[in-house]
Amino acid sequence: MTTTDTRLESGTSDLYLSMYRDMVRSRVLSDRMFALNRQGRAAFAVTGQGHEAAQVGSAYALTAGADWVLPYYRDVGVLVALGMKPYDILLGLFAKAGDPTSGGRQMPCHWSWPEMRVVTRSSVIAANLPHAAGIAYASKLLGRGEVTIVYFGEGATSEGDFHEAVNFAAIHQLPVVFFCENNGYAISESQEKQMAILHVADRARGYGIEGQTVDGNDALTVLQTTRWVIEECRRGLGPKLIEAKTYRYAPHTSSDDDRRYRTRAELEEWTRKDPIDRLRNRLLADGVLTPDADGAIRAAAQREIDEAVEAAERAPDPPDDDAFRYVFAEDA
Amino acid sequence: MPEITYREAIRQALRYQLQNDERVFLMGEDIGAYGGSYAVTKGFLDEFGEHRVKDTPIAESVVVGAGIGAAMAGLKPMVELMTINFSLLAIDQIVNNASKLYYMSNGQINVPLVIRMAGGAGSQLGAQHSHSLESWYAHVPGIKVVVPSTPYDAKGLLMTAFDDENTVIFIEHTALYASKGEVPEDGYRVPFGKLQVFRPGADVTLIGYSGSLHQAFRAAERMAQEGIEAEVLNLRTLRPLDVDGILASVRKTHRAVVIEDDWKFGGFAGEIAAIIQEQAFDDLDAPVMRCSGSDVPMPYAAALEQAALPQEDGIISLAKRIVGGRA
Ligand SMILES: Cc1ncc(C[n+]2csc(CCOP(=O)(O)OP(=O)(O)O)c2C)c(N)n1
Ligand SMILES: [Mg+2]
Repeated sequence: MTTTDTRLESGTSDLYLSMYRDMVRSRVLSDRMFALNRQGRAAFAVTGQGHEAAQVGSAYALTAGADWVLPYYRDVGVLVALGMKPYDILLGLFAKAGDPTSGGRQMPCHWSWPEMRVVTRSSVIAANLPHAAGIAYASKLLGRGEVTIVYFGEGATSEGDFHEAVNFAAIHQLPVVFFCENNGYAISESQEKQMAILHVADRARGYGIEGQTVDGNDALTVLQTTRWVIEECRRGLGPKLIEAKTYRYAPHTSSDDDRRYRTRAELEEWTRKDPIDRLRNRLLADGVLTPDADGAIRAAAQREIDEAVEAAERAPDPPDDDAFRYVFAEDA
Repeated sequence: MPEITYREAIRQALRYQLQNDERVFLMGEDIGAYGGSYAVTKGFLDEFGEHRVKDTPIAESVVVGAGIGAAMAGLKPMVELMTINFSLLAIDQIVNNASKLYYMSNGQINVPLVIRMAGGAGSQLGAQHSHSLESWYAHVPGIKVVVPSTPYDAKGLLMTAFDDENTVIFIEHTALYASKGEVPEDGYRVPFGKLQVFRPGADVTLIGYSGSLHQAFRAAERMAQEGIEAEVLNLRTLRPLDVDGILASVRKTHRAVVIEDDWKFGGFAGEIAAIIQEQAFDDLDAPVMRCSGSDVPMPYAAALEQAALPQEDGIISLAKRIVGGRA
């Protein structure tokens, strides 16, 4: 596993502060989305508490608007880092008419955002990996310098689509990054029930590409590794696979009860490796952040999400006729 | 007779099979410690052990494919595919393999496999989690398609599925798991291909199955208050289909409405309508009507989803239209 322990590069403190802020905003937003479900105000929630370093760290390595991004349902942090407003994510949670990703048609956290080259994922596991290979194929044929990153859990790597997509990308040397957020569980099934290997990254070798396992709770390591990998892809040396080891704190989705398959002690142990605490401590130690500034970041995030929830919940619902629109492209 | 839920009825059949037939084993995603996405196998891992209750990776094709292999080798597997939506990742194994190995091997190798999956909409799970694709499976010769609508049927039909020498697709409706009904404690069977007259009536036949049976029944009860007596048929299995039972009812009422959650275009209601007009045209006083889901991917927002699904009011207005002056 790669972990960096370099001093922060000079002149980059704003970038790291911005990453930190987005990780905090993502956490506050995710916590709130789950709470709204528990209060009966949202039908469904799926969130990524615990994955913030993997999500925000990797997204900060992208050229937003040029690179293609295929997130999966847990990637609140990726979208926040790309600049999607919490208000817009909440419109999706409440299935409102103004939900910019689907107008209330798609499940929450299945984002489409063409300006940022974000393509809605399939709820059906792993189906977006072949899409990523195809997008990267197009980029290559069209001679464009963009890279595609596709996100998924370790559970998705059991599906045929994972293997078919990686193999296809490897054959054609496509500029695509397969980014696995390995949180050790596919709903209730721990990794041992899913695969007979320790590291998903080891699967890459079987297809003739490079795979790297990183500490997914260390935002700086994730950022550096993803940057390097994306650079390689841009130079035509892709595809690559990154496995970010992490842990999810919340149940799988709002329909799950995680006490049925994992201990509170295990959860407790991982909260001690919290990715946000980790970056904060690092920034405090390096003098990039002060306790006061940290307090201000957290308070601002709370305020932002409070206001966004208020406004999004009051936004208008889609009219019933919307159910029949956009079935065929002629319906636009 | 004890009153139990649809979920509990399915559990009883599975427990009965695990206890009484050592060839039976279960496999699927999250069916072990978790007890299944719909809590159908809760506690089974502790009771029957890991060899008989197997968690699988998220890999539907190998789950069904390995089930086919184990069945060919003499075991009696039951595979759970979570939902009909994910069965699409195993459709090659089901349609190209399970359904025709017997035929292609000149009757030498059969595949006695039970494939359970939850289907249906109405729970705000969006376009990819809300399919009613039973008509696709019913379309394929060589597999049987079971669509229970009550706890009694769920247990009795699942028992019959395990007796069957073919692959059986057993589709449970997500909205019915908590519904209750009387269920005998013994290992009774409900035969395939025999519909149930769920409510007798003389004015119009309402044909339903799985979730739509209940909508048809509620519509019939409302129409009764206005003097229209609808006969409600519970199909129980789509393949084999009880054609005689359908025709007998239509010959009595001379009118029929078929209700299904599925899309109208190319759906199973169209098949039933075709059978009726082919075989009972002279008995009909009106065209056979279909009350189906709208031809759209299922939207997520609650109101949009209801707008896309068949509703009782729609059944009643279609029924009244063909009953005409009768009431
Ligand atoms: C084809 C398919 N099978 C099953 C499911 C049900 N399901 C949804 S999420 C999930 C677990 C995914 O685990 P992983 O890929 O590790 O991602 P994580 O949720 O842990 O981030 C499963 C089994 C599905 N959506 N699609
Ligand atoms: Mg996982």
